Amino acid sequence: MRLVVEVNGAPRTVECSPWKRLLDVLRDELRLTGTKEGCGEGECGACTVLLDGEAVNSCLVAIGQCDGRGVVTVEGLARGELHAVQRALVACGGAQCGICTPGIAVCAAHIVDSGLVDAADGGRSARDRVRELLAGNICRCTGYQLIVDAVIEAAREVLAR
Amino acid sequence: MTDPAYLRPRELDEALAARAAHPDWMVLAGGTDLMVNANHRAAPAGILDLWRLPATCFVRVADDAIAIGAGTTWHDVLRHPAIRERLAPLAAAAREIGALQIQARATLGGNVATSSPVGDSLPVLLALDAELEVASVRGHRRVPYHAWCTGYRTTQLAADELIVCAHVPVPGPTTRTAWRKVGTRRAQSISKVMAAAAITLDGDTVVSARVALGAVADRPIRASAVEAAVRGQRLGVAAEAARAAVRAAIQPIDDVRSTARYRRDVAENLVARFFSVS
Repeated sequence: MRLVVEVNGAPRTVECSPWKRLLDVLRDELRLTGTKEGCGEGECGACTVLLDGEAVNSCLVAIGQCDGRGVVTVEGLARGELHAVQRALVACGGAQCGICTPGIAVCAAHIVDSGLVDAADGGRSARDRVRELLAGNICRCTGYQLIVDAVIEAAREVLAR
Repeated sequence: MTDPAYLRPRELDEALAARAAHPDWMVLAGGTDLMVNANHRAAPAGILDLWRLPATCFVRVADDAIAIGAGTTWHDVLRHPAIRERLAPLAAAAREIGALQIQARATLGGNVATSSPVGDSLPVLLALDAELEVASVRGHRRVPYHAWCTGYRTTQLAADELIVCAHVPVPGPTTRTAWRKVGTRRAQSISKVMAAAAITLDGDTVVSARVALGAVADRPIRASAVEAAVRGQRLGVAAEAARAAVRAAIQPIDDVRSTARYRRDVAENLVARFFSVS
């Protein structure tokens, strides 16, 4: 099947089985290896990308379903400079081994850009909200505190603009 | 090996014709069940892609019932004001289905079609006495949800049918509803036990109740023995009657996620809590 997917703002044509996973097309056909495979079952969130503006597990999306749709991967977050979430992850030490990081960056960017966290409230409830929204992204290294710090920091920065 | 066929109908009639012509194709929407480990599994003969099929993506609110299209995602359910206000246990279940990424893709129709004994929304649909509307080229029909499941992951859906929507009656002002899921963690993990209830009260006396449980049998079940045991009882007394009835009514199993004993204890506690004085 021949299909066209807008990836990080540019139309890309791929020729493959519609059953192939979006994750595999990104990594193997388009050489966008920033997106990682963790579990392949939709449990860990490492392969999170944006599909038509929603955070999804790319291991659970058949590429046929992406024909004519838009995908943003971790490679597409930076526009000239790193996304606020990426800068905050660096500044706060929110990344260690790096396998979960691209998925967390994409999901957190979606959370921040969609205004899903009330950044004016930097307290317990905002942190709990971040934890709930990022519950589909599993990290075995950081213990999450520094990731939550980074998302709150990024949400504040986006709010201040 | 040739690639599977792929069709993305945009009209219900087109989808039904394709379903009738290709009963062996996979009906795919959000893919959160069907795409698990897809790279290690043989491709289906064809894919009938119903994701965002307009005829199944709607929420229609009437005074006495809310119709929710099969293609409605849990994210859509969760942010719909009328569902949050009037079908609170369904919104509560939606919030605990997977996490953000799953809620963005998983659909009501998918939960109902997959019909897993641990499908999180299913006890809610039982407790709220929902009715499913299914369609084929032969026409539309409605099936009460309590008659939908016919066994372990099997349903009344015929090979040429698609699920259109669920009609969910809105509980009246004297009916209180509840939903609770117990699992290893709130997000992502598959439930060990779920319980849902719709309890109609006259003061603090139970007039009638619908009680449903998940993950304690081969399918989501209505606990009719519990419903009979609490009828006419005052809250509090009803809690103890419910507890005893649950114990006699279910035969949960040991499996990788929990034990029969734990499931039985938790099911009793959840249901008893629904009938406590609060």
